[in-house]
Amino acid sequence: MAELTYRDAVARAIAQEMERDPDVVLLGEDVAKAGGVFKATVGLYEKFGPKRVRDTPISEQAFMGAAMGAAMTGLKPVVDLMFADFAAVCWDFFANEFPKSRYMTNGQVKVPLVIRLANGSARFGAQHCQSVENWCMMIPGLKVVVPSSPVDVVGLLAASIRDPDPVIFLEHKSLYAVKGEVPDGEIVDTLGTAKILRPGKDATILALALMVPRALAAAERLKAESGIDCEVIDVRSLLPLDTRTILESLSRTGHLFTVEENPRLCGWGAEVVSIVADEAFYDLDGPPVRITTPHIPLPPAELEDLLIPSVDRIVETVRRTLTA
Amino acid sequence: MSTAAQFDIQYRQYLDPEGRFLPEVDPATLPEFTRDPAELLKMYRMMVLVRAFDTKAINLQRTGKLGTYPPAAGHEAAQVGAAAALHAEDVIAPVYREIGTQMWRGVRMVEILRYWGGDEAGNDFVNTRHDFPWCVPIATQTLHAAGAALAFKIRNQPRCALAYIGDGGTSEGTFYEAMNVAGVLKLPVIFYVVNNRWAISTPLCQQTAAQTLAQKGIAAGIPGIQVDGNDILAVRHVLEQALARARHGEGPTVVEALTYRLSDHTTADDASRYRSASEVEQGWAVEPMKRMRAFLQHLNLWDEAQEVAYRQECNLLIEEGVNEYFATTKPPVTAMFDHLYANPPKRLLDQRDEAVQLSGAKSLHG
Repeated sequence: MAELTYRDAVARAIAQEMERDPDVVLLGEDVAKAGGVFKATVGLYEKFGPKRVRDTPISEQAFMGAAMGAAMTGLKPVVDLMFADFAAVCWDFFANEFPKSRYMTNGQVKVPLVIRLANGSARFGAQHCQSVENWCMMIPGLKVVVPSSPVDVVGLLAASIRDPDPVIFLEHKSLYAVKGEVPDGEIVDTLGTAKILRPGKDATILALALMVPRALAAAERLKAESGIDCEVIDVRSLLPLDTRTILESLSRTGHLFTVEENPRLCGWGAEVVSIVADEAFYDLDGPPVRITTPHIPLPPAELEDLLIPSVDRIVETVRRTLTA
Repeated sequence: MSTAAQFDIQYRQYLDPEGRFLPEVDPATLPEFTRDPAELLKMYRMMVLVRAFDTKAINLQRTGKLGTYPPAAGHEAAQVGAAAALHAEDVIAPVYREIGTQMWRGVRMVEILRYWGGDEAGNDFVNTRHDFPWCVPIATQTLHAAGAALAFKIRNQPRCALAYIGDGGTSEGTFYEAMNVAGVLKLPVIFYVVNNRWAISTPLCQQTAAQTLAQKGIAAGIPGIQVDGNDILAVRHVLEQALARARHGEGPTVVEALTYRLSDHTTADDASRYRSASEVEQGWAVEPMKRMRAFLQHLNLWDEAQEVAYRQECNLLIEEGVNEYFATTKPPVTAMFDHLYANPPKRLLDQRDEAVQLSGAKSLHG
């Protein structure tokens, strides 16, 4: 067992998979000697050399498209896109290319790659701090994975690299420095599985990435201050979505809250609430409540804190809803 | 003031439109294949088969038996010449019009017809598994090819990738990014610009102010060369040289083949609305089939009787392919859900079951 940061967990997972499989390569801007602008790939260049750990020109379409061509030829590229916002620069590959090639060739062409994005708020402003998980979730053919802890980063990134289809792997910028216990040895998790982090009987709180520690902290306060016992589920994967775990929890608690960093319209929680309305309506003892960022671009620096769901806001919303 | 850098673009042509060597060409200096009857006949025969198949495909569309189809007429030398220059283990990243290269490499007529008939199973080539599928989005295939070349380089394989792109496609940003990344990483990839002068209704003069398309690689540090795309000998030789360069670690080349789109952009287009009959007439005067046939006749390798007999042979082959296409069974409803993921999520399988039920209900009501 070792204590690792979330960013070190990224490098550990990639190293684990590169050691295991010579077809795994790492591409991106500043990933080699610099170790990534978020320092999440430190040591990989030294360990695996310039052939398998490659810096690319500042040319997002170029390395998305080239990674795809390499994947179509049998490599398993892991691509670092740096800021998740830059997905918009090369969106053609996300929307039209990665997810459709297997489908449009009757399975002849496979695109086994992982695109790593540094997602979410970290006081870099409206064009460098968006939460783009809902952009990715709406595209058939992609898988969308969003880890919240170092151990999940290792296991889910390894599983993403081994997955035969394109996986969008969203790392949260504000979690890179977070530490957690990670067991020694090989770790491979399962995509499409949510995790109950705190059992509870009064309400189900769903959260993702940076919202997970906030939901956990809120649950502790709700218990201590109001005796409200919340179950906190880390959704971890939006596509596939583990609705079994979510609906099963709801059937016990009767109340659903989603905590989302993405702007409100068409956030992942809206899809979950839609599924609940469709398939578990009679398990509800009250209206499902989405706690989200408003539908606006993120303002700079400190104002960010007013908009993104905070522990206080989660506590207040849950308490108000359940004691109404 | 002094010159910081200087570049030039060479143009290569061996045969005139009547199939005779240009006066400045010394045939003895040309590669062996230009003197090898078997190779020459193989290339010409494929051109004839491609033209005949192309004509048939248009007829099938006109009679409602095929979807929108992009005719290849005029491109036979550019396509078959490229195919003859490639090695089997190389990878092509074609656009939608490259049937001449694909048929040479083993793509079957039934596959071409199934694809343009609206069944993507036709994109699942039986014989050329490692070649990339038809790419209809413009220019993205240039990056796929660069990526394949990157894989060859990482794996130390002596293979090359060849990306087709049209004259219109060279205006896309992805094309420039592909050339840049291929140049800086010295990738074994050829950017093969088939310049047929028209991007649907946009003529080259409205596409770019550049004097040639071959020169578009210069800024990326890639050499460019222009070739008469209606002269199959020159096309094959120029591409063989570019491929040899790439195979020896000397990096990419931009090859621009000058040809002419003799037909409409697709069967959904009517080119007479935007280009003159006299221009098309000029295109037919320099078209590639006539030139190669005349060349073979000058060498006494081909005559009218052989032409007639071979065309009949082609018709039989095409009929076989068309019959195979007609005999293809319709894919089931579940096929819509196949191949989106290797392991589809459960919720997708639920949606597949729902679609099956719906389709059953629909058929009950006629």
